[in-house]
Amino acid sequence: MEPWLSGLVGLFFAASLYMMLSKKIIRILLGVAMLGNGVNLLLFTAGRITRDVPPIMPLDAYAPPEGAANALPQALILTAIVISFSFLAFLLVLAFRAFQDLGTDDTDAMRVAEPLADPGPPRGY
Amino acid sequence: MAASSDSPAVDLAAAMITTPASLQDWLVILPLIVPLTAGAILVMIRHSTHWHRPVAGLALAALFLLDLLLLRRVLTEGPVVMMMGSWLPPFGIAFTADLLGTTLATVSAFVALVATATAPPSINTAERRYGFYPFLMLLMTGVTGAFLTGDLFNLYVWFEVLLISSFGLLVLGSEKSQIDGTVKYGLLNLVATTLFLVATGLLYGALGTLNMADIAIKARAAGPDVPLGALAALFMLAFATKAAAFPVNFWLPASYHTPTATVSALFAGLLTKVGVYALLKTLVLLLGPSSAYLGTLLAFVAGATMLAGALGALASSDFRRMLGWLVVSGIGNMLVGAALVTGGALTGSIFYAVHSMLVMSALYLASGVVEARAATADLRKLGGFYAASPLFSLVVLALLFAVAGLPPFSGFWPKAILVDAAFAAGAPWLGAAVLVSGFLITLAVGRAWLYIFWRGGPEGTPDGTVALAGVRSFESNAQAVALIGPVVVLAVAVAVIGLLPAGLGAIAEGAASGLLDPAGFTARVLGVTP
Repeated sequence: MEPWLSGLVGLFFAASLYMMLSKKIIRILLGVAMLGNGVNLLLFTAGRITRDVPPIMPLDAYAPPEGAANALPQALILTAIVISFSFLAFLLVLAFRAFQDLGTDDTDAMRVAEPLADPGPPRGY
Repeated sequence: MAASSDSPAVDLAAAMITTPASLQDWLVILPLIVPLTAGAILVMIRHSTHWHRPVAGLALAALFLLDLLLLRRVLTEGPVVMMMGSWLPPFGIAFTADLLGTTLATVSAFVALVATATAPPSINTAERRYGFYPFLMLLMTGVTGAFLTGDLFNLYVWFEVLLISSFGLLVLGSEKSQIDGTVKYGLLNLVATTLFLVATGLLYGALGTLNMADIAIKARAAGPDVPLGALAALFMLAFATKAAAFPVNFWLPASYHTPTATVSALFAGLLTKVGVYALLKTLVLLLGPSSAYLGTLLAFVAGATMLAGALGALASSDFRRMLGWLVVSGIGNMLVGAALVTGGALTGSIFYAVHSMLVMSALYLASGVVEARAATADLRKLGGFYAASPLFSLVVLALLFAVAGLPPFSGFWPKAILVDAAFAAGAPWLGAAVLVSGFLITLAVGRAWLYIFWRGGPEGTPDGTVALAGVRSFESNAQAVALIGPVVVLAVAVAVIGLLPAGLGAIAEGAASGLLDPAGFTARVLGVTP
């Protein structure tokens, strides 16, 4: 199961990197959303897929039964989902606001903070 | 976790610490609780903006005091550990205050306290209403958490906490240039932290643990089939982006000059150093032997970062943007320790990190004073400040001396240690890069001082005459104190470190040896040494 999922993670990463290489902010953000999902799947796969024994401890035992599923990767993924979702929400609003204020969603045309028409520092004293 | 009454008695001591944490151990977590609580209170009273500054000031003062107490304890006893939820390590999240993290946390609290204590006029009522102080408190929570945590995934969470608060601070005011800067800062930093999460997930898959002390032991015991070298390269790329090392530094000069001077000062003092700290911690302490092969690459990155920063500073026509390049150049100096991994180089890097936090914050605050009086940061349009206020001009000159690494200020000692360490480690060219970048920075900051302060007025003023029309006087004495006070306090700290470097040098040396030898750290957390 893990090799197949690893291949899927690779596909997610390739697609998201392709999208993030675009100049348009919306495409970049779609890439970010895909990257977040790819990473969640990666955490899940790296934690090993075991589904036969649920991670529930018997009352009188000190450890889960042999071969029990690992619950920790799912806790990590849950945290990562919340974080990546909230960041995506923030960045979407920011992109919309940038489009309103700067009049473009092309990153090459966003030169307000670093103007192209900068003549450089004065050369004499 | 309480067992129901009819279940067989469970011996909790097998999995948990049963004795309650002593009051002393709470010192590890208090620097986190204080800003987090203050941030929550500030969000709740967000409409009563007149309460924001007193609450935030009190919390920052308490934070600085707690950090100092913690630092004193770490200096006498070594790393202090507190287990969240009382789980026995390596389960549960360990908070581990070691010398490196505690020192940086203390200096960051000092910088934040000084930069915001005097009610900076640049933080006006509108910005308070949009949440400057709540964001500031949450930023401090994230920074302190990142410096004190002993769990890799928890470090990722604190990175995200400080990242989202820094987004808020950066875009506060909604100027067009701020939105432009935030788009670049936000996207590149988010990709970097996601890369950090990828590396963390894969490391968990390889070693089965997230506790830093446990990782340090298992990484040294792991066989050659565990791909730790590749993971070290992933961590390196992620943290180099966070720290703004060349060639992944371009988000910093694109964004740091856009917010108000106080926010820029906080960012320059706190954020990039968290990246450097995480880089040192993962590559040296956690993955030590597995990441050794990255040394040459890191040395090239360090040299290129120093020179790129210095050249960027030389090419800037805007004072604030020049300061952004100076931050980048400083990051190059801090990476020398990670590249050479010797006691001397790490000592120099840690010393430089503390110096850079103080001096870069002070310079951004000074740029705020210049902008408040001249309404521009363009070198061509500035001039005449020496004639208007000679004492302030000399304070800024001292800070510029410090950032260029000239004695007797704080920048001289770490650079001297780094050059010495580079020659001792057989990389004289890296020592030469430190010196050449220092020379170029001396040119850049010398020129900036001549233009802004020494000459009589803006471009076009004849030699020997003084044109003060471009320099407004302060609106009131209170405004003058609020703007200049923090610069002077930080400049005094810079001068004191420059004249009496022995204390900080000893702390940096202790922190460096703590990084190089994980035995003391792991013994304190887990009770075993690798």
